[in-house]
This record gives sequence, C-alpha cells and structure tokens, in this order.
Amino acid sequence: MKYFASTAMALALSVGAAAAEGDLVVYHWFEYMPQELLDKFTAETGVNVTMDTYDSNEAMLASLKAGGMGTYDVAVPGDYMVAIMAGEGLLDTIADGELTNKGNIAPEWADPSFDPGRKHSIPYQWGSTAFAVDTGSYEGDINTTDILFNPPEELRGKINMLDSQGEVMAMASLHMGIPQCSTDRDQLKALNDMLQGAKANWASFNSDTAKEVLVSGDAVVGMIYDGFSAKAREEKASVTYAFPKEGYVVWMDNVVLLKDAPNRENAIKFMDFLLEPENIAAVSNYARYGLGVTGAEDFLDPELATLPESNPPADAGAGAFIEVCDEATQAVYDQIWTNLKK
Amino acid sequence: MAGGAASSGSTASDTYAGARHWLLMPSWFVLLIFVAAPVAMMLVYSFLTKEFRGGVIWEFSLGAYDQFFFDRGLFGDDPPQIDWTYINIFWRSIWQAGLATVLSLLIGFPTAYFIATRPERSRALWVFVITIPYWVNLLIRTVSMKFLLRDQGPMNDFLIWTGVIDDPLRIINTNLAVQLGLFYSYLPFMVLPIYAAVERYNFTLSEAAADLYASKWATLRRVLLPAVKPGVIAGCILVFVPSLGAFLAPDLLGGARNFMIGSLIEEQFKGNAGNWPFGAAASMILLTLVLIILMVFARQQRRMGDMR
Repeated sequence: MKYFASTAMALALSVGAAAAEGDLVVYHWFEYMPQELLDKFTAETGVNVTMDTYDSNEAMLASLKAGGMGTYDVAVPGDYMVAIMAGEGLLDTIADGELTNKGNIAPEWADPSFDPGRKHSIPYQWGSTAFAVDTGSYEGDINTTDILFNPPEELRGKINMLDSQGEVMAMASLHMGIPQCSTDRDQLKALNDMLQGAKANWASFNSDTAKEVLVSGDAVVGMIYDGFSAKAREEKASVTYAFPKEGYVVWMDNVVLLKDAPNRENAIKFMDFLLEPENIAAVSNYARYGLGVTGAEDFLDPELATLPESNPPADAGAGAFIEVCDEATQAVYDQIWTNLKK
Repeated sequence: MAGGAASSGSTASDTYAGARHWLLMPSWFVLLIFVAAPVAMMLVYSFLTKEFRGGVIWEFSLGAYDQFFFDRGLFGDDPPQIDWTYINIFWRSIWQAGLATVLSLLIGFPTAYFIATRPERSRALWVFVITIPYWVNLLIRTVSMKFLLRDQGPMNDFLIWTGVIDDPLRIINTNLAVQLGLFYSYLPFMVLPIYAAVERYNFTLSEAAADLYASKWATLRRVLLPAVKPGVIAGCILVFVPSLGAFLAPDLLGGARNFMIGSLIEEQFKGNAGNWPFGAAASMILLTLVLIILMVFARQQRRMGDMR
C-alpha cells in the first residue's frame, strides 16, 4: 500500500513539473485502483493525484474525525458509511448539473437508500459478502447460513470469520431472520446466545487473510467478499462461493465528495472520469467487482459476466445492505460483539 | 539524562554552565511533544463523554471507567455488578506477556552468556546474526511464522515425514502459537541487554568464587546473576512491555477469537464501537498497571541492594 501511495506521489511530482493543473488528494481502500488508471487521469487532466489508503470504513471515519477533514478531496466509503458520513456532516453536496456524466449512473443505483438522489456520491464498485467453502473437503449443501452458525460436525473448528462487526452481525441476523437493528429484547438475547454457541465452532477471526486461509487449507469455510473468493478460486479451484438461501450481504463502495475539499473542482473532474464506462470498467477488470454505470459492457473482461461469485443462482436468498442503527440500538450490538470476543 | 552526564564531569560542567538549560531544551522539547502531550491528551479524553461513532463531546464523564469496571447487562439497565470482561482481557494479556518474558529469558540468558564468552573478534558476528531477522518488518515475520506453523506447513510436513507424528500438530490459532510469535518477535530485546551486562562482567570473580569452593550453581546464582541483574531486568522489561500491547501475534497466530489489550483498544478507534473515551481509559489503566509493575521492580531492586 505504501509503495502504491508513494509511486502515485512520485508520479504526481514528475507530471506536476510539466503541467500544473492543481492537485487531487484521494483517500481510498488499499489495492483498489489500478495505477494505469491514475496515470490516465493525470495525462488527461494534468491534475496531480496523491493517494492515502485505509483498510476499513471505520478506520477511515476515525481518521477523518480526528482531523483529516480539509486534507482529502474524495474518499470511497461503503454504502452504510455514506449514510453515516452524511449524517455527521462530513460530505459536500454535488449540485445539479455539476457532474457531466451523472446520467451514466445505472438506474438501479441512481437513487440508493444510503444516498437518496446521489447528492454526495457516485457508484464505484459493488459486490456481496457471504462465505466460501472448499468443496474438495466438504460435499454437503453449502448455500445455507447454517454452514457458519450451525455447522455440521465435519466443519467444526475449520471456519474463519471476518473480523468485522458489521458483516458478522448482518449475516447472523439474516441467519435468524430478524431485523438488523432489532429493538426486541428476546430477539437480541437469542442473537447473543446464538453467536456464543456458534463461536465454539470457529477457528479464527481474520479479515486480511480471508482469502489466504482458504487457499492454504487452514480453513475449509471462510466468510469472504465475492471478489476475494474469485481470486481464491483462481488459486484453488475447489473454493466455491456460497449464496445462502437465507440471504447475503450486499455492499457498494462509492466515491464521495468530502466537505472542505481543498481541490473541489478536481474532485468533480475525478468523479466524472470514473463515470466514464471505459474507466470504471478498468477498475472492475482489476478488482473483479461489479460496477454501477451503464454502457460499460463492451469494456469488461468477458469472463466477468459469467463469474460464479457475482452471478447468484435463481434460488439464492435476497441480498441486503448493512443497516445503520440508532445510537441506543447500536450500543446493544456493540455489547453483543464484545461478549463474543471477550 | 544528557544534562546529568554533562554536570557530573567537572570541566565540562564549567564550560557549559551558562548554556546548560539551552542545551537541555531539545530533550525537554522531545519529551513534551512525544511523551507528556499524548499522555495528557489520553488522560483528558478518558474523562470525556463519548460521541456516537467516534469522537468526543467536551463534557466530563466517568462513563468510560464505569464501562470498564461495571457490568449493567446486555441492555444497560440491570443493577451494576463488577464486570470481569475487561479485567479478564487484561489478565489474559498480562499472563501471555509474562510467559513470553519467561520463555525469552530461558533462551535469551544462555544465548547472551554464550555470545559474551566468545573471543572478542567473533562476538560482533554473533550479535549481528541475532539481529539479522529484525531488519525485516514485524508483520512479515509474523506472517512467515504463520506459514511455518500451519497444519499443512513445513514444520508439520517435516515432522510427519520423519515419522515423529502421524497427524499434524494443531498449533496455529492456539495460545502456544502466540507465545512462539511473541518470543520470536522480542528475543533480541532480551539477549542484547543481558549480553551487554555479561560482557562487562569480570570473569575473575567467578574464578575467585571457584577458588573459594563455590559450586558452579552457587557461582552462577550468587556471583554472576547479581552482577548482571540490571541487564536481566532491562531485558525483561523490554520484552514484557511490548508483549503486553502486542496485537499482531495474537491476531495472526492466535486467531483473534478473543480480545487482547492491544486489539481491544484498537477496536475502540478502528472498529464499529468508535468509543474513544473507553479506548483512552483502557490505555490509561494499562499505563497505570505498567508503571506500578515497574515501580515494584525498582523498589525491590533497591531493597535488595540495601541488603547486600
């Protein structure tokens, strides 16, 4: 990641000498943007791009709240985090007509629940979070959340969970068929008890090595993002991504315009750039996730259209975004998470 | 520290007498910026009201300490009871760090003694060999440890190949793996100070002890150990303190199924909880504990010194 940021900076410096059209400071996930695309943006606009990276939505929020505002122009939060950041007043509003390419946004992503009317954000990538199973070692039905929360004997002690409260809680709620922000005490107690019981079957919590534990065989089952699962399958063909019938988590990362952006104009240019089908397709080809722009089909790797990880079977459950709970409700979920890891 | 050395030398202190305070300024400045200010900030934040999803509200509150010590049930409205959750997390970390320290001492002391008793020319080489792995980033070293220890890793493959075991040893995601990780991470911090102490030790003292019919064990216990004790204590502190706050080894090797002090505090800032005052309070409690341990250490040492 560091290497990535410093090459971006070095590049920015070298181009900056030739054409000084100002700067753009991007706060982005690690390994989520091909370098060639940044080069292309700089070549087209003459804008120097500097990039800092983060590894979780919450880490990004913490760093912005701890004094990062006014440093960055754009960031790339996930769906629920867009809603949180808007609520915290960290986002600037994109005026009507400011984005030339706003019409390129696919209709199904033009008015999402987490940013009605796309006032602050544009789609970047989307995908799902569920789990993958090494079907070389387990032959039963994998399309059920029982695999994680009520596993058959042979899978016990061979399960890796994501070390992320939001994803684990959302998945557990889907498993139990209860709302994600329940205020019903019996449901919450049942959720707490269910997780306590399930934990005995889990070998580890790890997000960074979610792919690697599956490939190496440390885990037979692993909670994972669809793109990571596709990469795991390329290394070990028997790793199969599950679409549980109880449902799975859907996420979308979005480029947002931050309040007090030092280079607001260039941020808008950058967003317009990422709404060009050809450019955002380059991101998908690199990251193996879906995009939210129309007319990009011709630029995508043909195999992406048939990727088993991004094409749920007909009998799969519904996808659900992680929901944003109010403070009192969230406190209970935080307590359940602490109980789980104490 | 620099000032103390300067003022004890007679000519130096005369030469720099007027400039002493100015010469000390950089040290004071560094201490202020990098030690006093952050700790003061932590102290203040731990007594503030938490803001939802990170940040603080500037209102005095004991909420963070209350959360640490009292359990009010899942919904926060049961009558308060002593909460063992966080105390247990602290105890687990202290126990783990203590074990890592003992393990490092058991291996580190003979290693340091061995190096210090080599001919002068080869000592530098041995020290160099000990420090080579530490030129590599800690994360990389911990991940390699994971590769090495895993069920289908080289260590198990080798043991099965030699016929010592039939099924792979389950080490990864256990406490033993964390121990090995911490031990590997911090061993040189034990070896180097002990080596420095043993190197300065006057071996004719051991010879004298032997001439006076002290057994080898008695010589070690009553002559060598007291002489190199400052190095041993420095080594123990240097291993214990970073082990206490470590989260790479517990997370990567231990499976992160349970919080350690380090990961608990990290979660308050980088996780969903976003509870900065609680993170600050947990850090303050940890700092207080470490200071108490160090003070007890120092006192005991002084008392032992008086007895002799």
